[in-house]
Amino acid sequence: MNVTKLMKGNEALAEAAIRAGCDAYFGYPITPQSEVLEYLAREMPRHNRIVLQAESEVASINMVYGAAGAGFRAMTSSSSPGFSLMQEGISYLAGAELPCLLVNVNRAGPGLGTIQPGQGDYFQATKGGGHGDYRLIVLAPASVQEMADHVFLGFDLADQYRNPVVILSDGAIGQMMEKVTFKPYQKPTADKSWATTGKPASRKRNAISSLFIQPERMEQHNLKLTEKFNRIRESEIRFEEVNTNDADYLLVAYGLSARIAQKAMDLARAKGLRVGLLRPITLFPFPEKRLRELATQVQGMLTVELNSGQMVEDVRLAVEGRVPVAHYGRMGGMIFTPEEIERQLETFFEKAYAN
Amino acid sequence: MEATPTPAVRKPRGRVEIDIQKCKGCELCTDACKKETLVLSDAINIKGYHYVIVNNDACNACLDCALVCPDAVITVYKLQKSKKVNITPPDIKEQLRAAATPKPVPV
Amino acid sequence: MQTDEPVTHACVPDDYDVAYHRPAALMDVNMHYCPGCAHSLVHKLLMEVVDELGIQDQTIGVAPVGCSVFAYEYMNIDMQEAAHGRACAVATAIKRLMPDKFVFTYQGDGDLAAIGIAETLHAINRGENILIVFMNNAVYGMTSGQMAPTTLPGMKTTTSPFGRDTKFYGAPMKIAELVAQLPGSSYVTRQVVNSPHGVRKTKQALLKAFDWQKQNAGTCLIEIIGNCPSNWRMTPLEASRFIDEEMVKSFPVGDIKTPDQPSLAPTPENL
Repeated sequence: MNVTKLMKGNEALAEAAIRAGCDAYFGYPITPQSEVLEYLAREMPRHNRIVLQAESEVASINMVYGAAGAGFRAMTSSSSPGFSLMQEGISYLAGAELPCLLVNVNRAGPGLGTIQPGQGDYFQATKGGGHGDYRLIVLAPASVQEMADHVFLGFDLADQYRNPVVILSDGAIGQMMEKVTFKPYQKPTADKSWATTGKPASRKRNAISSLFIQPERMEQHNLKLTEKFNRIRESEIRFEEVNTNDADYLLVAYGLSARIAQKAMDLARAKGLRVGLLRPITLFPFPEKRLRELATQVQGMLTVELNSGQMVEDVRLAVEGRVPVAHYGRMGGMIFTPEEIERQLETFFEKAYAN
Repeated sequence: MEATPTPAVRKPRGRVEIDIQKCKGCELCTDACKKETLVLSDAINIKGYHYVIVNNDACNACLDCALVCPDAVITVYKLQKSKKVNITPPDIKEQLRAAATPKPVPV
Repeated sequence: MQTDEPVTHACVPDDYDVAYHRPAALMDVNMHYCPGCAHSLVHKLLMEVVDELGIQDQTIGVAPVGCSVFAYEYMNIDMQEAAHGRACAVATAIKRLMPDKFVFTYQGDGDLAAIGIAETLHAINRGENILIVFMNNAVYGMTSGQMAPTTLPGMKTTTSPFGRDTKFYGAPMKIAELVAQLPGSSYVTRQVVNSPHGVRKTKQALLKAFDWQKQNAGTCLIEIIGNCPSNWRMTPLEASRFIDEEMVKSFPVGDIKTPDQPSLAPTPENL
């Protein structure tokens, strides 16, 4: 039976975690996502699940490692400075092929920054903020509904590929309140024969490790991971398109920026400009193929991001120089208005407006 | 009865077996042994270490060597209790007593 | 190849019984440790305990970063390799999710007392029902002999080439005494393995710790003064003497605290 509620983004995410069968949550308070920890601290014990406020984000991510290595559904959440602390642990999780769900409620930075929303962690999430060759599946919710939906999807993808999954949200989506519907969910069975549950006589001992000291062996492992990420690129791209069929210009934006860009698109359409919007839902894998296709159709693209230009680089790579790609961004927690974005469209593509 | 009586055999209380290919010649066991049963061999094993060998029959299965061995290369055997005493049968004991008087032994 | 079959001796001599054999839970492979290294010795003791208690299928160990990073190649139990210093956080999660299993960490002085000190102290403060095996050899072994938080005053290491200057770096940390202050710790003891007597006592300590874990008594920490012949630039025998003559001066051996006698814990007055 479906359940619909009015909830804050962070809390919807937390509620989804319980419904998705999360066994353990380890976290540390940091604005703007402490509600996740608080909601779970209140609700998880009722379901006999573990919630532990760790002494730091470093401890949290390593607790996730221990839980995931023992075969449990584990997650943590943090915000930019705390997520930076987790990078070592994330590299270890990816290297040891441990499934888990990580949430970054992006705030403006760098450094301590501010608690207002930002999208400056795009590089960190998609290119790997930790050391070594690995990728994370990155989901970018743009609504409270997606904050919930991405939890179920994230846990399932993590188990399927034995890889960490990141939900890259931001301070606005985390704090806003919207309607959210929870549908019934059946947790898929996943192979956990590799987990450390205590070695019975019937099998060899399981060792969770990312250490392969012989180069030949290490390269084999790296190739295995690379092949996995290629499979993810083939199968797990998700995006949303609005008004792209006849678009001459394309806005590309994710998360909060996509909602505002969509309104800007409406304003531009009202002025006679055929603008479309592509909203990546997975930031890794990135919808390169679709962008390459659209590049044969449109005359230019504008990425709209709350940073100084991060996703724009991936868009430029995808279109392979076919069309000009511009970037418009605000930083420091300042958020653009739809009118602002529409004016930027005019500036970048003035020839079109002049017609 | 002219046959030479069989002398009583006393079995050592303990026996030690060394996995010589795993031994690293660290000498912690040779130092721990109070009976000087263990010494380093002049030969080397596959890793190039002088491994430990048994030097005498004095082992009393105290287990000190096995306790301090970092690489767990030592197995210790202990003589079964019932076998500890001299098992020479009584009639042979009579012959031994008679034979104790020195007399020329036919060649 | 690891096998679970009990090791038999085709050639047990007639009239003899096996008085000691290496534990079955210790993998029958060469261990990479230097000759005389205390790590392999303590691995052996841990696996003897696992064998004797019959808990091979219920024990999960957490290996550190350091010389014993390969511990999972030698102990035939399920193990997780933790990031440097994080073993206590990893073990916390495992034990909380599987409270009926036996969980232990095995850590060196850098892992537990330097980079991992926060995770160590907080796990103990929470009273996690785990065993922490702390190998203290006053030096960073794997990375070739740098100073550790437990390096003795005046001790020369590659990063204290003129001897540890306590004015510059402070005195060595006495971890056992430090953690005994936390109410979450239940059994805190310091032992040595440089003699048969020490080995016997350390094994008793391990057996007790596993028993107390079964009773959910709180965190057990066994600090073992180990050697590092390579980085101390000594033979194994010289290293054993060094422990008796120098190490135990800074790190006294014995029970600091037990669940039966919590008043053994040092207070600020008598420290």
